Amino acid sequence: MANPLKILKNGIINENPTFIQVIGMCPTLAVTSSAINGIGMGLSTAAVLIFANLFVSLLRKVIPDTVRIPCFIVVIATFVTIVQFLLQAYLPALNASLGLYIPLIVVNCIILARAEAFASKNGPIASIFDGLGMGLGFTVALAVIGLVREFIGSGTLFDITVLPDAFPRTLLFVMAPGAFFTLGCLMAALNHFRNKKKA
Amino acid sequence: MYLILLILAGIFVNNYVLSQFLGICPFLGVSKKVDTAAGMGVAVIFVMSLASAVAYLVYNLILVPLGIDYLYNIAFILVIASLVQFVEMFLKKAAPALYQALGVFLPLITTNCAVLGVAVLNMQKGYNFIESVLNGFGGAAGFALAIVLFAGIRERIADNDTPKAFDGFPMALITAGLMSIAFLGFSGLIKL
Repeated sequence: MANPLKILKNGIINENPTFIQVIGMCPTLAVTSSAINGIGMGLSTAAVLIFANLFVSLLRKVIPDTVRIPCFIVVIATFVTIVQFLLQAYLPALNASLGLYIPLIVVNCIILARAEAFASKNGPIASIFDGLGMGLGFTVALAVIGLVREFIGSGTLFDITVLPDAFPRTLLFVMAPGAFFTLGCLMAALNHFRNKKKA
Repeated sequence: MYLILLILAGIFVNNYVLSQFLGICPFLGVSKKVDTAAGMGVAVIFVMSLASAVAYLVYNLILVPLGIDYLYNIAFILVIASLVQFVEMFLKKAAPALYQALGVFLPLITTNCAVLGVAVLNMQKGYNFIESVLNGFGGAAGFALAIVLFAGIRERIADNDTPKAFDGFPMALITAGLMSIAFLGFSGLIKL
């Protein structure tokens, strides 16, 4: 089995779920109106991803092949429910601002995709690292999008005001259209650098 | 009147795709051609109205009486997954023509977060049975409208010269952003 560091790097950079694989778009766009929300969502998803990967990997010899997808979904939904309770109990403010999108982690395609493509074929240790890598890659992407939108939209970074008050805020960027524009431009920039590297 | 407003609000004001970011994956994934987009839209309308009804019944008749309503997430996703499977089998037998048209889209709908999202929203807002179904229908109709419009624009863009870095997804995202601005015009139109 490839070494854990390679799996980690694969998740964060080479196969970054958001920028390279373009999966799990709904939470990426919905909760990134600020960096804190993005990171909160990213870490919640990472936690679910790690435990779901671990359990799918442990159960991979027990689960019959024909009904594996429903089994994976039940495993994932269980951990999402646990994460939701933990957030409600210990971080009620974050839970309120992420709202509906916490239960919707269940249908985040990243988690099902990793269960199907990695955890159901690899051992538990490698699966944990895969979950960690993918989760961190997702968190980094959400944090970057959140930072850009928060900076342009409300002139703050991590809730600390950085732009002078006289500077106009482009409110559009914390609303729905801003999410599309930010992600579109970030992906175009990445494409640009990749094209340059190839040429 | 209130019920009609509920549907209109679902289609325009609270458009699931463009203002609440539910169902973005199929919105970006199956929107290259208008006919496939329309097929996906119809399939989603069908499944989402049905899923809203079934999720309401499961929540109020099974989960709440048993005091296990905290398991709603697991219950809803199971209901949706089995419902999709059931609809697929039923259509295959009863309406082969319709199955031909919608068949490929049905399995994709299980992971369309708009379907689970609408079930959870109905529950959180405490809608009754009729409101839940209409909200599901309105939301899905909004999804269908958005994806068909979006596919129409993308068909046009495909022939145009875009900057190389913007090819593919970035261009689609910018287009969606512009559409989302247009739909912002509806906000505040209906207050429920």
